[in-house]
Amino acid sequence: MSAVPTTASAIAAAIASKQISAREVIDSYLAQIAARESDIHAFNLVMADSARAQADAIDADIAAGRPVGPLAGVPIALKDNMCTRGVETTCSSKILEGWKPPYDATVVTKLREAGAIVVGKTNLDEFAMGSSTENSAFGATRNPLDTSRVPGGSSGGSAAAVAAGFAPVSLGSDTGGSIRQPAAMCGVVGVKPTYGRVSRYGLVAYASSLDQIGPFATTVADAALITEAIAGHDVHDSTSIPQDVPSFVAAAAQGVKGMRIGRVTDLPEGAEPEVQARLDAAFAALEAAGATIVDVQLPSLSYALTAYYLIAPAEASSNLARFDGVRFGLRVNAADTNAMYGATRAAGFGDEVQRRIMLGTYALSAGYYDAYYGKALKVRRIIAEDFNRAYESVDAILTPTSPVVAFKFGDKVDDPMSMYLCDIYTIPTNLAGHPGMSVPFGTGAHGLPVGIQVLAPALGEEAMFRVGGALEAAAGGAQ
Amino acid sequence: MTQSGSPISAADVAKVARLARLDINDAQIEHFTEQLGKVMAHFADIDALNLDGVVPMTQPYPLVNVMREDIEMPTLDTDEVLAAAPAAEERRFRVPPIIGIEG
Repeated sequence: MSAVPTTASAIAAAIASKQISAREVIDSYLAQIAARESDIHAFNLVMADSARAQADAIDADIAAGRPVGPLAGVPIALKDNMCTRGVETTCSSKILEGWKPPYDATVVTKLREAGAIVVGKTNLDEFAMGSSTENSAFGATRNPLDTSRVPGGSSGGSAAAVAAGFAPVSLGSDTGGSIRQPAAMCGVVGVKPTYGRVSRYGLVAYASSLDQIGPFATTVADAALITEAIAGHDVHDSTSIPQDVPSFVAAAAQGVKGMRIGRVTDLPEGAEPEVQARLDAAFAALEAAGATIVDVQLPSLSYALTAYYLIAPAEASSNLARFDGVRFGLRVNAADTNAMYGATRAAGFGDEVQRRIMLGTYALSAGYYDAYYGKALKVRRIIAEDFNRAYESVDAILTPTSPVVAFKFGDKVDDPMSMYLCDIYTIPTNLAGHPGMSVPFGTGAHGLPVGIQVLAPALGEEAMFRVGGALEAAAGGAQ
Repeated sequence: MTQSGSPISAADVAKVARLARLDINDAQIEHFTEQLGKVMAHFADIDALNLDGVVPMTQPYPLVNVMREDIEMPTLDTDEVLAAAPAAEERRFRVPPIIGIEG
C-alpha cells in the first residue's frame, strides 16, 4: 500500500490513476479517526460502513473502466446541520436527536455526484449558535493542537476533523464567522463564499439572510476545489445566484501581482498584539509578492456586532419556530398543543439557543420592532455601503480572522458578550453578503495558530483566492 | 427601560419566553434577564447613529419572485416523512387537543 496523500486534489488524482485504491484511502482516514476521535470528539456520527461501501463501489468502477467523478474517493466530513437522507442529522441539539431527514441537502447531492465519500457528521454549537462548540448538547469538541482549548465555532467539529487528519476536507456553515473563526483557531483554511453562491437547500436554517455553506481544507487549492464543487445555481434555493462558477483553483495559483489590498485604518480594536503582528507581516508579504497596500476606512464596522446580534436572533426566532414537536424531533407530551410546544422547546433547546430565540422575539415584538430590528437593518445597509465604497479603490481587504487565538474551555461560555466579541472581524462580511476566507499565517500567543482573513466584494471569490494563495505561499516560505 | 436602568426586566423576559413558547422557570428567567441585559446594554452603541433616510437591508441581494414551469416534480415520500414524526395516524401528524384545557 502506497502512502496516502494528504490533500483532496492529490487523493483524487492518485485514485483515478490507480496508484492507490479508494478503499486504502478511506481505511487510512478511518484508522486515524479510531486512533484520536475519543480525545477530540469532532464527530456526532462516523459513517464507517457506508464510507467503505462507497469506496469499494468507486474501486469497482475504476477497475471496470467506468467514468468516476472529479472527487472520486475523496473523504469529506459534513457539519451536522446539513441534511443527509436516512442518516441522523441533529444540529447538536436534543430537539433533533435521532432525526433522519427524508432528503439530501444540495451540497450533499453535489459532493456524492462528484464521487466524494462522506465519513461522518461533525459536532457544532447547537444550531450553529456559538463560537467555541461548547454549546453542543452532545459535549464539546477539543482543539487537536491543544486539547485543553476550544476549536472555535460554531463549525468546530469540521475544523477539528481537518486539523486532526480525520478527513482532508470538510464542510461547515458560516452565519457570522462560523467557518473562518474555527479555521483560524485550528490552523486550517476556511472559506465563506458569497451569499447565494452555494445553495442552502437542506442546510438547517439559523439566520437565512446570513447563512452560507463553505469548505475547510489544509490548502487554499483544496478549499478552492471544494468551493467549485458545491457552488452554482439551485432551483431549490430562491436566493441562490444564477451565475457561472469560475475556476477558483486557477485563481489560487495566480499570485497577487498588481492587486490592491486594503488595510482598514479604523478597524475595531481588541486584537491580541501577536495577532496584530501577524497581520502586519501578512501585508509585508503581499507587498513583497507584488501587491500594493492601500489604506481604506470602514467607519460603520464597529456597529456590526449590534446589528448582527439583533438580525441573526430575529431570523432564528422565526426559523426555529418549526421545532414544535409536531412533525419531527423531540416531543414532550402535554394536555394540549400549546403546553406541548412550550414543554418540548424548553426541554429540547439548550441555553444559548433559548437566549437567542428570546433576544430575537424581543427585537421583533410590538413596541420594540422599530427600535431594535428595524434599526439594525438600517445599520446593515450602511455597513454594506462602507464596504462597497472601499472596494472602489481595492480588490480585497485584509484583517485578522479572530482577535484572539484558541481559548481555554469555560473561559467565555457564561459571558455571552465576551463570546460574541470573538466574531467582531468576521460578522461584517456576512451582513454585506460578501465572501471571506481565513488562511493560517504563523502563530501567536502560546504558539497557537493565527488566521488572516481575506475579504472581497460580492462574487469576488477569484480575488479572494488569489490573495489566499499568496498568503499561503508566503507562510510556507517563512516556516 | 426598566426602573433599575437595565434594558430588559424579568417581566419582559417572562413575556418573551411565553411568546416564544419556552416554558422556563423563575430561576431561568432571572439568569436570562441578567445575561440578556448585558447583551442589550451593548446595543445602545447604535442609538447615536443618524439613520434618517437609510433604506433597511433585509437581504444581501434584492429578492425577486422565482417562478418555474407548472410541471410535476418529485416530492418527499409521505411514509418517510411520517416515520420521523413523534406521532402519526392515518397518514397524518397526530397532536394533542388544540382547543385548550385551561390550566
